Amino acid sequence: MTAPPTMTAKPATGISSLLKTAFINALVALVLFSLMVGIRTEAGPDGQLTYWTRFGELASLVAIVFGGSIVIELLRLWMGPAGTEKLVPPAVQSGLSFVGRYLAPALLIFTLLVPVIFYNQRYILDLAILVLTYVMLGWGLNVVVGLAGLLDLGYVAFYAVGAYSYGLLATNFGWSFWICLPLAGILAAFWGVLLGFPVLRLRGDYLAIVTLAFGEIIRLVIINWQSLTGGPNGVSGIPRPTFFGIPLDNSDDGLAAKLGIEYSSTHRIVFLFYLILALALLTNWVTIRLRRLPIGRAWEALREDEVACRALGINTTTTKLTAFATGAMFGGFAGAFFATRQGFISPESFTFQESALVLAIVVLGGMGSQLGVALAALAMIGGFELFRGLETYRMLVFGMAMVLIMIWRPRGLIGHRAPTVYLTKAQAISSDLVKEGHG
Amino acid sequence: MDYFAQQLINGLVLGSIYGLIAIGYTMVYGIVGMINFAHGDVFMIGGFIALITFLILISLGLTAIPVILLVVLLVSMAITALYGWTIERIAYRPLRHSFRLAPMLSAIGMSFVLTNYSQVAQGARVKPIPPFITGGYTLHESTDGFVIQLSNIQIMVVITTIVLLAIFTWLVSRTRLGRDMRACEQDQTMAALLGVDVDRTISMTFVIGAALAAVAGLMYLLYYGLVDFFMGFVAGIKAFTAAVLGGIGSLPGAMLGGLAIGLIETFWSAYFSVEYKDVAAFSILIVVLIFMPTGLLGRPEVEKV
Repeated sequence: MTAPPTMTAKPATGISSLLKTAFINALVALVLFSLMVGIRTEAGPDGQLTYWTRFGELASLVAIVFGGSIVIELLRLWMGPAGTEKLVPPAVQSGLSFVGRYLAPALLIFTLLVPVIFYNQRYILDLAILVLTYVMLGWGLNVVVGLAGLLDLGYVAFYAVGAYSYGLLATNFGWSFWICLPLAGILAAFWGVLLGFPVLRLRGDYLAIVTLAFGEIIRLVIINWQSLTGGPNGVSGIPRPTFFGIPLDNSDDGLAAKLGIEYSSTHRIVFLFYLILALALLTNWVTIRLRRLPIGRAWEALREDEVACRALGINTTTTKLTAFATGAMFGGFAGAFFATRQGFISPESFTFQESALVLAIVVLGGMGSQLGVALAALAMIGGFELFRGLETYRMLVFGMAMVLIMIWRPRGLIGHRAPTVYLTKAQAISSDLVKEGHG
Repeated sequence: MDYFAQQLINGLVLGSIYGLIAIGYTMVYGIVGMINFAHGDVFMIGGFIALITFLILISLGLTAIPVILLVVLLVSMAITALYGWTIERIAYRPLRHSFRLAPMLSAIGMSFVLTNYSQVAQGARVKPIPPFITGGYTLHESTDGFVIQLSNIQIMVVITTIVLLAIFTWLVSRTRLGRDMRACEQDQTMAALLGVDVDRTISMTFVIGAALAAVAGLMYLLYYGLVDFFMGFVAGIKAFTAAVLGGIGSLPGAMLGGLAIGLIETFWSAYFSVEYKDVAAFSILIVVLIFMPTGLLGRPEVEKV
């Protein structure tokens, strides 16, 4: 809450109006924080509520707001009014296409080399696996939100379906990861179609709330269906993945023994790393290929204008269903991977917060840009890790970052739309110009 | 039958609280066309401010319960309204003409901020208060000893809701502000051309919505006797469900939807299972939307090309 409300629409001129703005902002902050920060309540041992005052913290927060608003007003004066550039200038465009052409392969090569460079740094490997999981989830949701323009607030439901499919099939029937992985994807896609059917007639925000409700229903059923899912205790003892049947452990049958090298627990981490990288790249590849097929074109057309789509004879029902099913399938794959990596799953991993995080990654990435989503996942999860030491402040910072990023770049990091079909030359436009239909 | 009547009372009281929150969602949606995800957390903040004001007033030695209640009501409404105003100013106004998803994500971010702000500021533990309003009436006692109770708190919640709704309906239909709000809802550009201060009207919408949420927070605190930093999320989703169920953008619809969700939840817990009460509420939302995509009282959206 430190970002102060700004009182004037135009940049304030003169020192007195600047101080006045800062003073009013500080006054607002004083009222806002007076009770919530100035007074701290806590339930005592006998259940009686007690309170004590924290006027020092209150004063420093108000002072921060006062100083912050002066700085922001000065910045505003210095930067001048915000630009209204709509067409991307050629220099920027060529720069972007240069970066676009070389950044992605460079990133890919670097990613491939991560286990080699950081072989001894378990923490970085774990973090890289986490980032890649979110890259994959982001790419999966990108199909639904970025390409088809269907707002899905319950994506984590498919992640959960995938994770529980693998967890339950593996612990109850002893099926291997490589059989369960496609099954998890198919089951998640099935649930995607199941969700897709009723919501096809809904548009925009109704769709958002129904997908949110669906995500909550799945989570609540998982919590309460104790005989199947173990309820809040989750499923534990999920088998680790094998290298196509060869376990990655210290036994005589293990991969290390077969290859005749010394066993190290890092082998499994490296294997997991390449596994999720392969899965993520599969998602990316399928998405890129699908975009060139009629179905992908139909998704993008649906995002831009549903009425025009119908007028052109596109079957919106099947188009939406395939988008839901495809996105859900990748969510299911990621879920199965999550289950095998953790070895333990519980409903706590599948809260709305996860859905919001993945959606934030997609929107920050620029809705539809594959590279943007990957960069956004790296920034979000990496940034999240930076603040790990802050514990409870972490989500606070995350929320603030979300608000600020939206204000700074509502269209995401890579918010340009390059046309897929053009007459003489491909002129990328800022996506502010694109008016999206009510998908 | 007695059991049914008792559950009916409980459901109506719960539904009133949901309805008060749902009005905030539906008003904002009607005017700005966005889901104010942070509204559930505004309700939670309202509950916290009411709790803290209670504590201060009691430690100051006030004993007259009506006075305490009135002061708490006014303080929590005022401060929570300022929260609503600030949130709109910081997180939504810069994005008003941006694309559809941007304000929504900003709102989700704001919701995280508010949840964690109150966790950081007030701690993660549940905060209980001793019951302030006790007593009630026994409406009916059957031969097997089952008693239909109507507690004073329940009466207060329902009466407060009715009074607020009356004031609010008057505000929207009879005052200058209400007319401006209705005008902005129909066409912001046209309203601005005719001299309506659109920014101010939208700010006032958030302020009124937050004030109603603060009342709901106070009612929740009195009725359940506790607040915690996470209560905004579930209550928020259910109230939003109520708003959608009643037809988003429609004020009577929000109240009706709130009552419907409250009744569904209460009856489901009473006759089937407590665990699946939220599942029931959400499933009914989905079913209603399949057959009536604009909710119970919503007008069908006519699309012009």
